[in-house]
Amino acid sequence: MRKISFILNGEKRSVYVEPNDLLLDVLRDKLGDKTPKYGCGRGDCGTCTVLLNGKSVRSCLILAVEVDGQEITTLEGISKGGLTELQKYFLKHNSFQCGFCAPGMIVTLEEFLKKNPKPDEEEVKEAISGNLCRCTGYVPIIRAVMDYVKNK
Amino acid sequence: MEELKFVGKDIPRIDEKEKITGAARYVDDLDFGPNLLYAEIVESPYPHALIKKIDTSEAEKVEGVVKVVTGKDFPFKFGLYMKDRYIFAQDRVRFVGEQVAAVVARDPKIAQKAAKLVKVEYEPLPAVFDPLEAIKEGAPIIHPELGQYSHVPWFFPKGGTNIAHHRKVRKGDVEKGFKEADYVFEDTYKIPRYAHCCMETHISVAYYDLSGRLTLWNSSQSPHVQKALIADALSPLGITEKDVRVITPYVGGGFGGKAGVTMEVIAAALAVACKGNPVKVRWRRDQEFYNTYMRQQVISKIKVGVKKDGTITAFQIENFWDAGPYVEYGANVVNASGLSATGPYRIPNVKIDSYCIYTNLPAAGPYRGFGYSEMLFSVESHMTRIAKAIGMDPVEFRRKNAIREGDSLAYGAPMNPNGLIEAIDKVAEEIEWGKKEESKDPKKAIGKGFAIFWKAPAMPPNVSTTAFLKFSGDGSVNILVSGMEIGQGYHTAMAQIAAEILTIPIEKIRVELPDTDRNPYHWQTVASHVTWASGNAVKRAALEARDKIFEVVSRAYHFNKDSLYLENGKVKCYLKPDFELDLKDFVINGIMKEDGYYVGQNIVASGQFFVDFCSALQDPETSQGGHPNVHYTVGAAAVKIEVDKETGKVKILKAVEAIDCGKAINPLNVKDQIIGGLLQGLATALYEDMRFDKNGKILNPNFTDYKIPTSLDIPEEVVPIIVEVAQPDGPFGARGMAEHPMIPAAPMIANAVEDAVGVRIKALPITAEKIALALAKGEKEPDYYWHIMK
Repeated sequence: MRKISFILNGEKRSVYVEPNDLLLDVLRDKLGDKTPKYGCGRGDCGTCTVLLNGKSVRSCLILAVEVDGQEITTLEGISKGGLTELQKYFLKHNSFQCGFCAPGMIVTLEEFLKKNPKPDEEEVKEAISGNLCRCTGYVPIIRAVMDYVKNK
Repeated sequence: MEELKFVGKDIPRIDEKEKITGAARYVDDLDFGPNLLYAEIVESPYPHALIKKIDTSEAEKVEGVVKVVTGKDFPFKFGLYMKDRYIFAQDRVRFVGEQVAAVVARDPKIAQKAAKLVKVEYEPLPAVFDPLEAIKEGAPIIHPELGQYSHVPWFFPKGGTNIAHHRKVRKGDVEKGFKEADYVFEDTYKIPRYAHCCMETHISVAYYDLSGRLTLWNSSQSPHVQKALIADALSPLGITEKDVRVITPYVGGGFGGKAGVTMEVIAAALAVACKGNPVKVRWRRDQEFYNTYMRQQVISKIKVGVKKDGTITAFQIENFWDAGPYVEYGANVVNASGLSATGPYRIPNVKIDSYCIYTNLPAAGPYRGFGYSEMLFSVESHMTRIAKAIGMDPVEFRRKNAIREGDSLAYGAPMNPNGLIEAIDKVAEEIEWGKKEESKDPKKAIGKGFAIFWKAPAMPPNVSTTAFLKFSGDGSVNILVSGMEIGQGYHTAMAQIAAEILTIPIEKIRVELPDTDRNPYHWQTVASHVTWASGNAVKRAALEARDKIFEVVSRAYHFNKDSLYLENGKVKCYLKPDFELDLKDFVINGIMKEDGYYVGQNIVASGQFFVDFCSALQDPETSQGGHPNVHYTVGAAAVKIEVDKETGKVKILKAVEAIDCGKAINPLNVKDQIIGGLLQGLATALYEDMRFDKNGKILNPNFTDYKIPTSLDIPEEVVPIIVEVAQPDGPFGARGMAEHPMIPAAPMIANAVEDAVGVRIKALPITAEKIALALAKGEKEPDYYWHIMK
């Protein structure tokens, strides 16, 4: 067991972890942030995506000890201050069906749109190509992002 | 007809806010406290073996292990349609991955470590993985006791063989039909196994409290059926249905994989073994591939007779389904698709043999389309080939033979009202059927493919659903139902139906996720029937509430009930135009009369829908005489593709799909179902493929090797089209449509590939490799190859 401290969604948190504890499990089971989801456990599906110092990472591939002293943002952090502009467009476009991929998808897109505020459709597809969604066929998600970009 | 204000409108999903903020809680997100225990399953490494001995002593010694459970502890069977499976393997295992034992521990890592210490001694038996091999004389018999299994009366297992069910359909005289034909076309098609790949894996947390109450939190499409089946399985321990409670929060995708009971019964048994502690069983992604009823593979031998003018005179098909070693749910897939194996065609002479066959691959069963996605690949590939062979346009051929209202189905009942011809015409127009297109790149060829489809909800003939409706003091409404919102937009549709009757805004309605203690009975969320069945129940509940509202107001104000109506959530009176009473003013607290006394009642209502016009008791030799299906939803679809003649890679330039959903309660949701389902289907057509090694082990149980589509794989353009020919007994005319988008995907791709490059692929998936190899070798009809590595 080792004590690590990091900023989670703007708040300093400390937690005891084993050297082989995954960030995903620590966030979910020890810190109670259930927004990153387990989907595959090997970085294929993107449902566990969180931001590490503002950069999207797969929390199922990161050891918790690696984030000691760093900054983590999850969908919970993004949603805390009320709906973001992007989320409002998701709402308008019925962008999710079962919703299980939503946390990873939104985290990925929030980061991407900060870096590239005026993307074209191909760039948006590229940006979410690591986030699997089995329900929507991606079209309603892309529709929401393009509408958001157009009206920004 | 009066204009509808909520039904038929693009109303945003009522569950979307929870999903986009991360507030939506799935089973694994619920907190079960520090007493939660974790299970690790010991799985069979053999496809077929006798269990000689299990030694759990080393595992039990590990600190933190609470219990080690084997088949001896729970020698009980479970099953919805046929009881052929035990909770844990008893004397033998029948597939790689079968549950032999479970270790329950305080920590998941301890459970994993201890599970490795469980020693199981096996005596391997010969295994069989090919349904055609499995029905040969001398094949290893997978269930020696098959003749004694209890099952529904519409299954016909053959004891002493590996045939778990044989659905025969005989109509007219097929031999006479072939004699009348000018041409007879025969071929064989092959469809492999596929996986649902819900983003959320299966999970069940079970808690058997000290009083003997068993509560389960499941990711499920079937809370009430699970309650019944789990109580039944554990009944030797004295557990009854009143003791079992199933709670189903948000579900991360279903597609049929979370129907019936699979792993939930394991969690239930482990909870009973560890009384007083909740126990969590969650599949890892690889376990999800092995243990969730993947889609069955099928070999289709088809023979069709036609006249020169394109009239179909005879249709014969033998479908050999590989359902794995436990077929109880899969046998119903075989049954349902067997009854409808002609596809949506009018055919006088029909002979269908649909076989459900035991093999030693993992158990298979329902997946979006319930057999129709599989069997219509052969039918719709074949119909295009026939049309071309007799010099007829494939769309014209379909228009000529398409089934119409009142036509006799293969089992004799009449076809329901439908918009199949309208769907064909709209799709043909949108894809510009008949217009030849050349690629600008000489290395590439453009082709178009067409397919029609149908599907009936596959259900027992007596399924039932109920809705409860209750008001709060501010006039807002909670609707309690037990259909599952698995992503299809069911809750939104139910809110729209209630809003339409009660004239209150959607924002004032909440539809609740099931808890079998609180929400009324609904059979299962399968078969694409909830909008139709549960929609009827919700509509009736809203009508009952409206009636009670009018009753109260008429008593308080002495209006004739018939003179009252609702508008914008207010009661109004035709005879007194200035009268207006808001629901919030009386639905809980009643109406005060001049003398200070109150008139009223707490407005609550229920609505019920029961299928009482079906019968599955037909002549087993012909399937004539019953009415096994409530109705069919039909449609048509087409693609325009570009094929790279060197690499074989297929690019979808445009996909069009029209579905007759009777009435689109929410057109936006219907269109999004079409878009999402179509992509799921196109992936099974083009690249998804379950591979096994020669011992029945899955070679690709992960998303690296089993490829599901990403955002880069979507067609350049998708056009969803809604056709609305009302279902007479549907709520506002609606019938289900969510499974259907997937069904035409594979044959229309096969048809388009042949149109583009002249290669007819008869075995799914239609990979770039298969096309490129056929082009390189100059083979127009390459032979199919097997999905088991030899």
